[in-house]
Amino acid sequence: MQTMQRLRSAPPRYWLVLVAVVFFVGLPTVTTSFQSSEWTQVLIFAIVIMGLNILVGYSGQISLGHGALMAVGAYTTAILISRYQVNYLLTIPVAGLLTGLVGFLLGIPALRLSALYLALATFALAVVTPSLIKRPVALTHGVDGILIASPDPPRLASDTFAAITGGTVMTSDQWLYYVCLVIALVLFWLAWNLIRHRPGRAMRALRDREVAAAAYGINVAGYKTMAFGISAFYAGVGGALYGITIGFVSPDTFPLALSFQLLVGAVIGGLASFAGPLLGGVFSFWLPIASSQFVSSQPWIPAGIASGFQKAGPAVTYGALLILIMIFAPNGVVGLIYAGYARLRTRLRGAGDRETGQMPPDPQTV
Amino acid sequence: MAEFIQQVVSGLASGGVFASLALALVLIYNAMGLVNFAQGEMAMFATFIAFTLITRGVNFWFAFPLTLAAAFVGGLVIERVVIRPVERAPVLTLVIVTLGLATLINGAAGFLYGYVPRSFPSPFSTQTVNILGAFASYQDLSVIAVSAIVLVAIYLLLQRTTLGLSLRAAAFHPEASRLLGVRVSWMLAVGWGLASAVGAVSGIMVAPVLLLEPNMMQTIIIYAFAAAVLGGIESPLGAVVGGLIVGVTVNLAGAYVVGGNLELAVALAIIVAVLVIRPHGLFGRPSARNV
Repeated sequence: MQTMQRLRSAPPRYWLVLVAVVFFVGLPTVTTSFQSSEWTQVLIFAIVIMGLNILVGYSGQISLGHGALMAVGAYTTAILISRYQVNYLLTIPVAGLLTGLVGFLLGIPALRLSALYLALATFALAVVTPSLIKRPVALTHGVDGILIASPDPPRLASDTFAAITGGTVMTSDQWLYYVCLVIALVLFWLAWNLIRHRPGRAMRALRDREVAAAAYGINVAGYKTMAFGISAFYAGVGGALYGITIGFVSPDTFPLALSFQLLVGAVIGGLASFAGPLLGGVFSFWLPIASSQFVSSQPWIPAGIASGFQKAGPAVTYGALLILIMIFAPNGVVGLIYAGYARLRTRLRGAGDRETGQMPPDPQTV
Repeated sequence: MAEFIQQVVSGLASGGVFASLALALVLIYNAMGLVNFAQGEMAMFATFIAFTLITRGVNFWFAFPLTLAAAFVGGLVIERVVIRPVERAPVLTLVIVTLGLATLINGAAGFLYGYVPRSFPSPFSTQTVNILGAFASYQDLSVIAVSAIVLVAIYLLLQRTTLGLSLRAAAFHPEASRLLGVRVSWMLAVGWGLASAVGAVSGIMVAPVLLLEPNMMQTIIIYAFAAAVLGGIESPLGAVVGGLIVGVTVNLAGAYVVGGNLELAVALAIIVAVLVIRPHGLFGRPSARNV
């Protein structure tokens, strides 16, 4: 009885979470194996962007080098699997922890840097990473990269999947999709707990006013490096999953553009929000694909321009969107939705929300 | 020894290129406290303009000032259109906007000119001249000379003209300058134009060596960051000295210590080392923070 009442009075966002989970769980049963593998990458992006969001959105530090951190995670997994024949599922937490350690160590010099210098140093890191990976050839196989065999789904999972879909055999891609989904759910849940409790409040406080936060007894250095470490952990797990999903890692898998793509995702989705990283993952994966498909499908666009757009289009779209969003909607898509929802509610109920007496959510600026 | 001198001379030549781009970064940093991540891409695009002019038959020494003028106008327009709306926004927003700008310009160049590397005509002969038993190419020496001329010109502009005084005043104390009749917001735009033109010099100087393509400046900008940070990011003189030091260090390290491919890592090491040990660089003032 009480549960029913609690369910009925739950705020709409809990229903949205439920809808999202049902959508993602059901997706591979209605799409092809290839489409699931695309959505796997969306989930991976969402994981890494969640980590970036903890760093940039909540603790107010900037990193342009998360692609490099993903590389650390992916190479850890690749080397453990190909050299030491470790089970791929076991390599994921190892990759996460190792990358987290790297991030924590990066966070220590970052403490002394202003946001601008931090941006600069991490940008340099992202540019240098591919050539750093190429060097220890014995370990990383240089430019050749490392192949990762795609894992077979376990018996239990494939039987359940066949029962639900009516006999379809579960492919490796679909299995990996579910692995990523479970990991994404766990990591989002952890992030939720982190943000809603003491560490999250501390990080937001030092983001908004560092000196005041320190005066309240918040360990500024501790929380800043912790944010770096946690963020890197997410990037490492995401990188490990990325390597396993693609089945191949090479220095060119992690170019500067990847770090960009992640930042764009975080910004477009909406910094310092929870749905932001998920939307950001969807956008940063589908945007280049959708935009070039759109251009080549339009008959009025000459073929010459359309073919030029295939290569340069994503960069143009990303760049223009980044600028436009920063100027017109600094809180991203989530901010736009909130603003629209608030206006709608005002129109329907009149000003203010007297029923619950809740304050409208503060606009969160970057 | 001869080889060593050769390495130093070619290091100085690349140092001149880094110094120009670092100077562009410093100009914008001084104007608005922002590192412009799009500086390299702006220089690359200007180089493409020069390339177009030269291949259409314009003489190099006519195309060069024409390109600088175009870069100046381009920088001015970019400031008015893209930067102005976020002028007062937090640093993070500004950084993201300039990153967006970098991506946009890179994509636009890829769209207009493609990603095939093109050889850029050099106005200087590739012959070498003998200095103390070492061979230095005219190309390198000319790059050093052109960079030096640009740097002196910027110095004279900033220190000896009314415009330079207004620029410095607007950056130093915006409110007081506005009261004294300096159009501060406009000065920001001029600063961007100036930086864009200075950056364009580095692009044109490096293009004959690197081959022209949209990603040409991606590594150069890292060296320029290292140069600016090493010199102290608010010091024009520091940018020049930093550029030369970085150029020579990277060249020598590439030749004798780390080998090719890892030269970029040397720049990263310089950036990190300076930021950790001496964040205000060689010529900058240590910054004090008001609490």
